[in-house]
Amino acid sequence: MLVLPILLPLFFMVVLIFTRRWLAFQQHFSLLATVILTLFSVVLLIDVQQNGIATMQVGSWIAPYGITLVADLLSAIMLVTVAFVAVVIMIYSPGFIDKGRQSAGYYPLVFGLLMGVNGAFITGDIFNLYVWYEVMLTSSFVLIALGGSAEQLRGSIKYVTISFVASIFFVAAIGILYGLTGTLNMADLAHKLRTTESIPYINGALMLFFIAFSVKSALFPFFFWLPASYHTPPVAITALFAGTLTKVGVYTMFRFYSLFIVENLIFWKTFIIVIAGLTMTIGVLMAASQHDIRKILSFHIISQVGYMVMGLGIFTVSGIAGAIYFTVHNMLSKTNAFLAGGLVYQRSGSYDLKHLGGLYKASPLLALLFFIPAMSLAGIPPLPGFFGKFFLIKGGFEASDYFITGVAILVGLFTLFSMVKIWNEAYWKKEPEEIKNGKVSRRAIAATTLLAVAVILLGVFAGPLSVIAIEAANQVVFPEFYINAVLGQ
Amino acid sequence: MVFLLAILVGVLYGAAVYLLLRRNIFKLVLGLIFLGHATNLLLFVASGLTSGFPAFLRNVPGEAARMADPLPQALILTAIVIGLGVTAFALVLVYRFYSVTKTVDFDELSENE
Repeated sequence: MLVLPILLPLFFMVVLIFTRRWLAFQQHFSLLATVILTLFSVVLLIDVQQNGIATMQVGSWIAPYGITLVADLLSAIMLVTVAFVAVVIMIYSPGFIDKGRQSAGYYPLVFGLLMGVNGAFITGDIFNLYVWYEVMLTSSFVLIALGGSAEQLRGSIKYVTISFVASIFFVAAIGILYGLTGTLNMADLAHKLRTTESIPYINGALMLFFIAFSVKSALFPFFFWLPASYHTPPVAITALFAGTLTKVGVYTMFRFYSLFIVENLIFWKTFIIVIAGLTMTIGVLMAASQHDIRKILSFHIISQVGYMVMGLGIFTVSGIAGAIYFTVHNMLSKTNAFLAGGLVYQRSGSYDLKHLGGLYKASPLLALLFFIPAMSLAGIPPLPGFFGKFFLIKGGFEASDYFITGVAILVGLFTLFSMVKIWNEAYWKKEPEEIKNGKVSRRAIAATTLLAVAVILLGVFAGPLSVIAIEAANQVVFPEFYINAVLGQ
Repeated sequence: MVFLLAILVGVLYGAAVYLLLRRNIFKLVLGLIFLGHATNLLLFVASGLTSGFPAFLRNVPGEAARMADPLPQALILTAIVIGLGVTAFALVLVYRFYSVTKTVDFDELSENE
């Protein structure tokens, strides 16, 4: 059963590869497929919540010798969120992406991406994790280059190069770690680190891992590739990347920090908090100087990854719970903001704030659809961004990490500034004279509305959802649950 | 042997970084290839060398203890295959870039033209 989050997208991808000629079938089938994936992920989440961490030994090779699949609450929450984001993207895409790209393999590639992302969420083996990363990245390489305009090719070369270099760090770290410990099963490794005498050079290997994951999740100082490449493909693809790819890096960091950081805790904690603070601040300041909606939102991805990593640095149950809730909120709100940006593009033919204006008067619905995710990202109650930041800041105060908490509050203010800037320029400013009056696809509006409703619900039900987030955080902060579930002690 | 291989890994990494920093995009791809090979060798060296014994059993008593560890070899094979795929994609990408822009110069990558 646990292998299904990987097998289902694989099956859908194969079907979609062989039916590439029938575009209408592809559109309907991929929507149906993502709905099935979401329902299955919800079933898995309920199962994990009631019966504890689910494990599966692939091919019946018992841990630590075989590859183990593990789904704890954190994995299950991420699976559900990613599947739901995929549903929205599948409603949105037929109305936004041109027919040429759609029939050039867009749909199979999305499922390839989902397979890699899901695999990374549930694998319990480090090398297997690397393989899922590559499955995910290879699909994203093709997706970002799909269509082959000069701008996209420029973005792709940067993206492929930096991703490959990060993967090299990842593999090198795996090799050194295996040489030091002789195991690659995550639970077994965590068990060894806790029971044996301190292993020399282990921090070197862990630092290589940290560099690899901070490139993938766009942490300071490794974030420059993200705003240089994310805005080049059609915005539906950017939204999919924003909602899934960088968050896999964040998830992996949570998993690794929880399982493998046993020594030098003071160093790691300070190090991660400093990195988080710098990521937040620099991301938000760089966003302030941009004029392209997609670039502003891309820089905000960086700043908000800083918040998630801040929760990791605090590493108390309430801090981690805040970070988990914030991650889910960010996957939905950020995707929603990109999709709303896409609607603006369909209406006015530009992403550049200098050429936009008067949209509030022209179409109040478009304005509302942008307003919801923007205010959520800025952290205005009762939207989820407020609760995410509230839980994080509360966690920070409880752990007496006053400095980073202060930075987080200040950065929240700057986020509001950027969102208000988009709002003023694109919606409130007087309409420029030579503006295009394009037709907005109804499917695209429906998808954005669905996601906006989900964002609002996430905020309204913040209470019950934070209870699940706290349970999930418990499993992260006390990795004994995870280790015992896999090794069966 | 380990010493020699370690130096080779270092040389390969050095060459890779040098190529990555060139202005020519084709040399960038060569750099990626070197980087991949350097890491595969690193994996091989870091996980311990066993000379004279293959990674499978020949049904001789006491052989199991001296057998070379098969896992790093399996990992390297996987890494080589993935590296090959990415390299192929990168080559096509660079060729497409060349046929669209008619240049292989890195400066064309900047957006302010």
